[in-house]
Amino acid sequence: MSADDKEDQQPSAGHVDEDTPEGSDVTDVVPSDAQTLEVVGVREGAFGVAGTGDTSGFGGLTKPILMPPASVPPFGGWFDEVAEGLVRGVGGEAIEKVVVDRGEITFHVRRERLVEVVQHLRDDPALRFELCSSLSGVHYPADAGRELHVVLHLLSMTHRRRIRVEASAPEGDPHVPSVVSVYPTADWHERETWDMFGIVFDGHPALTRILMPDDWPGHPQRKDYPLGGIPVEYKGATIPPPDERRRYS
Amino acid sequence: MSATTDPYAGTTESTSGPVFTVTGQDWDTINAGAADGDHIVVNMGPQHPSTHGVLRLILEIDGEQVVDARAGIGYLHTGIEKNMEYRTWTQGVTFCTRMDYVAPFSNEAAYVGAVERLLQIEDSIPQRALDIRVLMLELNRISSHLVCIATGGMEIGALTVMTCGFRDRELILDLFEAISGLRMNHAYFRPGGVAQDLPDDAIGQLRDTVALLRKRLPEYAALCNANPIFKGRLKEVGHLDLAGCLALGITGPAVRATGYDWDLRRTQPYWGYDTYDFDVVTWDEPDAYGRFRVRLDEMTESLRIVDQAIDRLEASVGEPIMIADRKIAWPSQLSVGADGQGNSAQHIKHIMGESMEALIHHFKLVTEGFRVPPGQAYFAVESPRGEIGCHAVSDGGTRPYRVHFRDPSFVNLQGTSVMSEGGMISDVIVAIASIDPVMGGVDR
Repeated sequence: MSADDKEDQQPSAGHVDEDTPEGSDVTDVVPSDAQTLEVVGVREGAFGVAGTGDTSGFGGLTKPILMPPASVPPFGGWFDEVAEGLVRGVGGEAIEKVVVDRGEITFHVRRERLVEVVQHLRDDPALRFELCSSLSGVHYPADAGRELHVVLHLLSMTHRRRIRVEASAPEGDPHVPSVVSVYPTADWHERETWDMFGIVFDGHPALTRILMPDDWPGHPQRKDYPLGGIPVEYKGATIPPPDERRRYS
Repeated sequence: MSATTDPYAGTTESTSGPVFTVTGQDWDTINAGAADGDHIVVNMGPQHPSTHGVLRLILEIDGEQVVDARAGIGYLHTGIEKNMEYRTWTQGVTFCTRMDYVAPFSNEAAYVGAVERLLQIEDSIPQRALDIRVLMLELNRISSHLVCIATGGMEIGALTVMTCGFRDRELILDLFEAISGLRMNHAYFRPGGVAQDLPDDAIGQLRDTVALLRKRLPEYAALCNANPIFKGRLKEVGHLDLAGCLALGITGPAVRATGYDWDLRRTQPYWGYDTYDFDVVTWDEPDAYGRFRVRLDEMTESLRIVDQAIDRLEASVGEPIMIADRKIAWPSQLSVGADGQGNSAQHIKHIMGESMEALIHHFKLVTEGFRVPPGQAYFAVESPRGEIGCHAVSDGGTRPYRVHFRDPSFVNLQGTSVMSEGGMISDVIVAIASIDPVMGGVDR
């Protein structure tokens, strides 16, 4: 891929200004094995209705669900500064891929390197992400081998920047290192993520449930955990609980 | 029932020592002297009038001194984030507005901001809708700070502050009712704009209320600022400096009381806040008193913003309040009829009697909703309590794939331990009141 091609593939990063210096070498941010298509599921049918006599033919539709693909440098604006600073500190192999989408940048980090990465993001004077705004989970059951994602939103008050750091773990081995040693505020966030998704944060000082009762079975925000609810009768008609109503996929 | 016949009172043995259950006026029946050591673990809450809702505090005390303080939460967990995965993107507002019920507009703002970023329509929101949002957010900031000051005052025995605070908050809730139809849980912001335009007489009501508040807000300063009892209870209590705040993720008035002017309205402006003239309030005492002063002055600054927003809204009467894209804009306008609030009679006539296509359009958008392209977005606004952020993930469907709220009460409550350990029991109340947690937001 020539340099000109990369220019053409400028990610649609919203309002990011593109004043990246010429010849900046950040190509090793995206390793060669990075997936370009991020399939997290397959959608079937036009309306998500199954088991009804479909005569339209739309019921046979299948469409992959594609998340925004990995971006190639230059990412535009200060994104490149952060990416370069991160690679300089921890090496390119710690980062699986970088996604620039809708004016936000996401660093997908190998889970075993997560603590090292956030430590560098916090302490490097050029980066200075002092505040961990948020840490939570997302469950992608169809993303084989990376079902459970941990998503951190970091804020640099010094530079007024926000980034997203994401690490993933397979459902069979739901372990991610705890970042409490770097960001003490992650304590309750990680407890909530354990509570809701069953992700075990190794090294957390006291990983216990926080919102659900201590003896609660299961992790409610996993996709295979039912919402629950009972049918409601109103003026003679019965309305099924929300997760049993017709859904438009 | 006398204490001796209360089946729950008395002493039971546990693996970690005797457990005394006192239910009121029966302390004499307890032989506390028989326990080993001086430390007692007291369970305060979750139904204690001073804990701002169902917050449980587990305090290890040595006499009157708190050795160890821990917060137990989750008593108000209602699964709002999970529930939102089963409703359309528009219906989500109805859920998230119920999280932090003292500042509902901030919840809605974070959510619709994230959805609009996912839809990439941030630049297409009509200016009048943004001005209405700013107006509501700032009025909400005043009403929320009034509740904080009122309940905080009540908990240290200053009941006048409480009655005044709730009296003035009521004025703002009346405005909310006039504009959105509801005093709380408004579901007024919608992806693409707001649910309905200001009523015809709203500008006059807004001006009257602002004038009244401008007269009354200084009364809180006159009543409290130099009050020796008030200062005695608040000063040097719940101390937490800037490093502590950042480590624990604490934002909002607590971080501004350390002297750092971090306010997302100024540092990462959204919805045109950079075009409003206001000052970010800071204070140089990072304790309960400093936070009180920050809130007090922020209300005055919010009034300034409200004034400017009213001027803009007066000039933009008749302009759209919903995005022009008909694939996203809610198809109907609400109106108040003889039988209450509902779709306007004209809209019903149009879809039921005039246009089949309009009916289909209405039906599709209301039942199925719009689709949001796959991806994720994080949108943060400055709520009265600090940064409230919404992380929304879409899989391209008509419902959120995942919504997570970074609620400032949840994060700030982690400061309970460092703010109250080493102090007196009575100061725990003051420290927590200075964090101003709303349990609906903490537990979601």
